[in-house]
Amino acid sequence: MAVVLEFPPVARIHGEPLAEMPHDLYIPPEALEVFLETFEGPLDLLLYLIRRQNLDVLNIQMAELTRQYMHYVEMMHAGQLELAAEYLLMAALLIEIKSRMLLPRRDESTEDETDPRAELVRRLLEYEQMKLAAQRLDELPLAGRDFALVQVWLEQAAAKRLPEVSLDDLKQAWLGVLARARVNRHHKVSREELSVREHMSRLLRRLKDEHFAEFGALFDPTRGVPELVVTFLAMLELVRESLVVVTQQEPFAPIYVKLSHADA
Amino acid sequence: MQTPNLKEIKLVLETALLVGQEPLSLHELKKLFDFELSTDILRKLLEELRQDWTGRGVELVSVASGWRFQARAEYQKHLDRLNPEKPPRYSRSVMETLTIIAYKQPVTRGDIEDIRGVTVSSQVIKTLEERGWIDVVGHRDVPGRPALFATTKQMLDDLGLRSLEELPQLEQDDVNLFATSNE
Repeated sequence: MAVVLEFPPVARIHGEPLAEMPHDLYIPPEALEVFLETFEGPLDLLLYLIRRQNLDVLNIQMAELTRQYMHYVEMMHAGQLELAAEYLLMAALLIEIKSRMLLPRRDESTEDETDPRAELVRRLLEYEQMKLAAQRLDELPLAGRDFALVQVWLEQAAAKRLPEVSLDDLKQAWLGVLARARVNRHHKVSREELSVREHMSRLLRRLKDEHFAEFGALFDPTRGVPELVVTFLAMLELVRESLVVVTQQEPFAPIYVKLSHADA
Repeated sequence: MQTPNLKEIKLVLETALLVGQEPLSLHELKKLFDFELSTDILRKLLEELRQDWTGRGVELVSVASGWRFQARAEYQKHLDRLNPEKPPRYSRSVMETLTIIAYKQPVTRGDIEDIRGVTVSSQVIKTLEERGWIDVVGHRDVPGRPALFATTKQMLDDLGLRSLEELPQLEQDDVNLFATSNE
């Protein structure tokens, strides 16, 4: 793609006529994208344009700089590259500064009026300062990249050692097993103690004496839950075997238990 | 318990520093002992220890968080052969953002954008935060209360620095020259 320049190819830099455009302005379009990606933004591009030609940052030739900058912006545009808003903003700023410099100074009373380039120069210098500092920071030796940290791995591994087992631990473990075994045996014994059959007999014997009894009175809560459960199971078993009859006159009325053949 | 002699104390310090995964501060090093070890003696012993290790592949250095052993940089090229996958360098935008935070902290994202002239992507901030090099130290009391970023001790440690004072000197500040120069 041929680049058409809008301006005559002769520029003046510090009064010195420049016969032709700097070569770095002619970039094959396919290389443009790669080239532009190396810039971190409009300030970076401006710095490149200024430093490339050893121009004085403090005495920027606005016309020339603006023209070169606009040239890049147009190339980006022609290359269908999506242009970051920052580049357009900078273009507007450059043109504004350029036009303000074209205006004649009004009179002596506005002598202290600041140079329209001052703010731009301040920003350029501040950015350049940080850019250079970043390069030097990146050159500092970095842990893990330029030098290794020391860790004595053997010692680290030792810190993760397996638990130690002593003879005493073994003894304690065995005593624990024995204790649990004793608990289990205890449960077995108590289950035999609370035989449903035995309770069936006890209930029958009691009903034989009293003929009938109130349901709740047959239970003895003081002897614990297992006793109550077994008593209840015994009663259900007696009902199933038709040895006792359970009656209730109406809902929530007392329940009575009696031998099925008592009044027969 | 009898106070151990200085030679033994030095060996304890050496062992702890070799085994430690992080730099050890003077405060932490004092905790190694069940008696009061004066800061002066501790510093003297660490300096001796540093001297003892001169001329070896490994050196004792002092960084922001404390003291640590590290391999000398000149041997890195050999170590890299064991593990050819070198960590990539950070991009310019990451390094410039880090630099601005390091030199101008505490700064907001807007401050960074003013200096760089471009938007600071969230990815850049995230990269630096995940690395543990920057964190939010507060919020500027203006509308929107933007977060103020600062660099961490971890960042100084990784760059082998003891304080921000040891950052590379900035180029001569030309900004003031402009004020006096005449057209």
